[in-house]
Amino acid sequence: MIKDLIDREGGAKALESDRVTVGIATCGIAAGAMPVLEKIKKANLGMPVEGVGCAGMCYNEPIVTVMQDGVKSVYKKVTEDNVGELIDCIKSKKVCKKLFACSELTDLDYYKKQKRIVMKNCGLIDPLNLSQYCAMGGFSGIELAVSKKPAEVVKMVLDARLRGRGGAGFPTGLKWDIFSKKSGKKYLVCNGDEGDPGAFMNRTLMESDPFRILEGMMIAAYATGADEAFVYTRAEYPLAIETMSAAIKILQEKGLLGENILGKNGFNLSIKIKKGAGAFVCGEETALMNSIMGERGYPLPRPPYPAERGLWGKPTNINNVGTFGHVATVFQMGVEEYQKIGTEKSRGTKIICLVGKVERSGVVEVPMGITIGEIVEEIGGGAPKGTEVKAVQSGGPAGGCIPKDMFDLKLDFETLNDAGAIMGSGGLIVLDDEDCMVGVAKYFMNFTQEESCGKCTPCREGNTRLYELLDKITRGAGTEQDLKTIKKLSEFVKSCSLCGLGQNAPNPILSTMRYFWGEYLEHVRDKHCRAGACASMLAYKINENCVGCGSCARVCPAGAISGSPKQKHFIDDEKCIKCGKCFETCNFNAVEKSG
Amino acid sequence: MDDVIIYLNGEPVKAEKGEMIIDVARRNGIDVPHFCWNKRLERIGACRICVVEVEGHERLVASCSTPVAEGMKVKTHTPRVLEARRINLELLLANHDLNCTACRMNLDCRLQEYANDFMIEEVMFSGKKRHEEIDYSSTSIVRDNNKCILCEQCVQVCNKIQTVYAIGLQRRGFNTRVHPPLDMSMAESPCVNCGQCVVACPTGALHEKSSIKDVIEALNSDKYLIAQTAPSIRATLGECFGMPAGTPVTGRMVSALRDLGFHKIFDTDFAADITIVEEATEFVKRFRENRDLPMITTCCPAWIKFAEQYYFNELNHMSSCRSPQAILASLVKTYYAERIGKDPKDICLIDIMPCTAKKFEIQRPEFAGDADYVLTTVELAKIIKQYSIDFENIPSSAFDNPMGTASGAGDIFGKTGGVMEAALRTVADMMAGEDLTRFDYTVVRGMETMKEAELEIAGEKIRVCAVHTLGEARKLLEQIKGGKSPYQFIEIMACYGGCVGGGGQPPPHRKEILEKRAQALVKEDTGKGLRKSHQNPDVLRLYKEYLGEFGGARAHQLLHTSYTNRCIIDKCR
Repeated sequence: MIKDLIDREGGAKALESDRVTVGIATCGIAAGAMPVLEKIKKANLGMPVEGVGCAGMCYNEPIVTVMQDGVKSVYKKVTEDNVGELIDCIKSKKVCKKLFACSELTDLDYYKKQKRIVMKNCGLIDPLNLSQYCAMGGFSGIELAVSKKPAEVVKMVLDARLRGRGGAGFPTGLKWDIFSKKSGKKYLVCNGDEGDPGAFMNRTLMESDPFRILEGMMIAAYATGADEAFVYTRAEYPLAIETMSAAIKILQEKGLLGENILGKNGFNLSIKIKKGAGAFVCGEETALMNSIMGERGYPLPRPPYPAERGLWGKPTNINNVGTFGHVATVFQMGVEEYQKIGTEKSRGTKIICLVGKVERSGVVEVPMGITIGEIVEEIGGGAPKGTEVKAVQSGGPAGGCIPKDMFDLKLDFETLNDAGAIMGSGGLIVLDDEDCMVGVAKYFMNFTQEESCGKCTPCREGNTRLYELLDKITRGAGTEQDLKTIKKLSEFVKSCSLCGLGQNAPNPILSTMRYFWGEYLEHVRDKHCRAGACASMLAYKINENCVGCGSCARVCPAGAISGSPKQKHFIDDEKCIKCGKCFETCNFNAVEKSG
Repeated sequence: MDDVIIYLNGEPVKAEKGEMIIDVARRNGIDVPHFCWNKRLERIGACRICVVEVEGHERLVASCSTPVAEGMKVKTHTPRVLEARRINLELLLANHDLNCTACRMNLDCRLQEYANDFMIEEVMFSGKKRHEEIDYSSTSIVRDNNKCILCEQCVQVCNKIQTVYAIGLQRRGFNTRVHPPLDMSMAESPCVNCGQCVVACPTGALHEKSSIKDVIEALNSDKYLIAQTAPSIRATLGECFGMPAGTPVTGRMVSALRDLGFHKIFDTDFAADITIVEEATEFVKRFRENRDLPMITTCCPAWIKFAEQYYFNELNHMSSCRSPQAILASLVKTYYAERIGKDPKDICLIDIMPCTAKKFEIQRPEFAGDADYVLTTVELAKIIKQYSIDFENIPSSAFDNPMGTASGAGDIFGKTGGVMEAALRTVADMMAGEDLTRFDYTVVRGMETMKEAELEIAGEKIRVCAVHTLGEARKLLEQIKGGKSPYQFIEIMACYGGCVGGGGQPPPHRKEILEKRAQALVKEDTGKGLRKSHQNPDVLRLYKEYLGEFGGARAHQLLHTSYTNRCIIDKCR
């Protein structure tokens, strides 16, 4: 039993006692947390100093949490330069007002509407500390599962109405049900490829609470009879790989991975990590399996589905990192409790990466059914000063945009699909009025056509041509015929591509055309970009405010500005390369930018 | 067998459960367009031009990789489907070398055919285009990626069926290309020149390295011109002139060659008889001494290069006997040159072969000075057309002596199992020491890629095996390498179907067509009185006058060869 293997009480005690934690997930490290951790350790404060994962408020990193005499204080933006002040405060048992963020996370607006059940340990526990994980309810899930028959466990997942968190939202219980009925050798795969730009939910979970994911996999293995598993992680996540590897090793040493786990005869599971090699397409399950087998990361036609014929011809079940995280959570909190969260069709929570033009960006966990507006305005704090939110992009390169006037839309698989966007893996990019929607479509198209595996004609050739057309439009050379061609070609690529990458690649285009058709027309008819983002359509002019100082002419790299001293200067539009240096340099507001 | 009913354009048709839509459509007269679909290969679903509408599916589905289900409603030519096919073609054309009139495959290209069917006059896409240097390095095959549509047929054939791994896919997205590994040229690559990729390629991206120019020059020189024709040509050349598969055109072929200006036309089948006599002698000797068994036939230069690259430690199993072409070439430049009093340098010998690998074989240093050029079946047809010869109506004529008479055993060399069967007729007589009246060893006939049999010959048990495709050859060699081979005598042909399916034969190489071609050769054999190689009077005369004993010193000097270690790994170091 778990209690015989792991010291739960010890972990609980550690979490309640005096301690200092520093967030050293990738976001923290990028913000400069490592030197902070070093300095605090060197300060010999007489209490444990631990590195923890990501609490989700990446905009405030590095984050230091102090538990002292039963009082908790969370500090934000602690750097190598200002940590000295914090250390002094800790030594004198005072709160450091300068860096103070909150006592409890839920004091902050950022967290008020969140429901952190899957991420509850992130930023709190030492990710590789089994006792702390168990103190927070860890492994109570697998204990519950092994007390039941495997088929009952599958039924529990069905009853939980859990849907896959990888993007498609397929009912997890149904997937397991089909898979568990296959006989012979079976494989389990955890998809941690996470290729969407702006998405790092899986990374956060792997770095901050790896045991939760592994517990989810153990429950899956027990329920379905798979005895060998792979965690496929993109190679660009070295810290996640390191953390997951270490976690696997710890479980192996405890006998929680291997043979006859938890005393259940025949419940065997071994887990290996398989690194990706820089291909977005390898997040697609058939391409992923090819990659694991050492083949070229090419998708295959389905059927046969992986549950029928997967790795090395054997039945294989693939779930996203997030899905396994939810599985463990469901079994830890109970199916009934889980049902209380979310909407009728989409139960539970969704972990979202809120990024882009928001005051507060990071990883948030919200209940399904929350509105887009609540996420952007209340959690994210709206657009930074001076601009207005225009839309959000949901679902990465396969997704679509939702304009501001539809922000009362509830976050739910079906409602997002109907609006022309998709839930996707959970990346939500906030766009403001300085973002050109044609440019957004072009950005995603550039990504997709570069990541296309090249196998099928519609995606390989079609997406390249779509990108070229969008580029043409943003350069001011587009025509209305081009818009027609884009629509036709997008429909073709969507309906004929072999895999999800190609089938969904035109979504950003179709979605931005649906809600922002005006911007497209302006680009081709009027050669005008209302966001002022498409450089080739910008025009810089000097107005009456000009005093003839000549500063602009001096910084112009193209020699496009002429004029005599103390006389109004003039920009030659033919020579101008739209770099904007004159605009930045002028101290008299004499340079006007128009798009 | 589970039968289902599906609705094809409204009509109910019977289908097997799990069958792909395209198979059902084709069976019912709907020739769905396709580039990457090949009956013998696993469906990869890459080209997407075979898409059809299926009720209940939002997207169009690829008919090559979508199985039927009871009640499925399929529509193969709705406006949406036709529009999808048209856009697909336009996309391919936007990234293609469109200089069709100056292309080897002009009028013989599937992309052209479909573009014509869809009356594509203007391509609505323009932008970057693939541009790569054409690879002319190989003796046998030219690779032009500017005409590649990435249907992957060549890669599938080379890797899955032939297991040669000479070409594969590199890079990704728009930059994906078919290429030998590690940026090697074709000449540096493990390519064995079998030409199965050429047969599979629907466009002009892969085609034979042509010798037509050199041959026409030779035909117009003052050299003494000799041609030899391989066994299978007589069964396939007719298809190049629109005749049905399997029409025997032996006599017309000889006449056409005479009209082209050849002074003498010899039959490679004659040399095939010599091959049998030598190989049977060799086999019986090895069998009795129980060494270097199993013995493997060596008529096929693609197979020989394969063995030299991948199984160089097992080369002792190869028969040391040259291929029929090489034997006749050797005899032309020695025996025949002496006989007619000409300097071999004044003789130009041109081989008409089914095989792109023969272009490599004649350049082997061991055969320097023997055959001068190789023309494939397809190339010969082109020259005949260039010379405006009315092939269909040309009267027949016969091969020339002294190397124009062949037994039926020599004729069947061109099909899988043929060499084995021919050899067994002679081996049996040699071992029994008498003329047994057995001719037919049907166990090694047929299109299965691996045929094995245990025969009792003169009181001994001999286990034989005949395979075609190099994938099967690899399996046998692995067995030999592991010391576990149960056979004594093995025939290996690199091409599916044997030489009737060679890289130089006119495509398509559907199974039914290959079978018809093989049947033509069988008919030639059964129609002859002379059916055993060692009873060929011209062969016996040659030995008596010139070569001496079967397998003797002179025979070894002129009719045998040696092999080279071409270890691939050493090359890559």
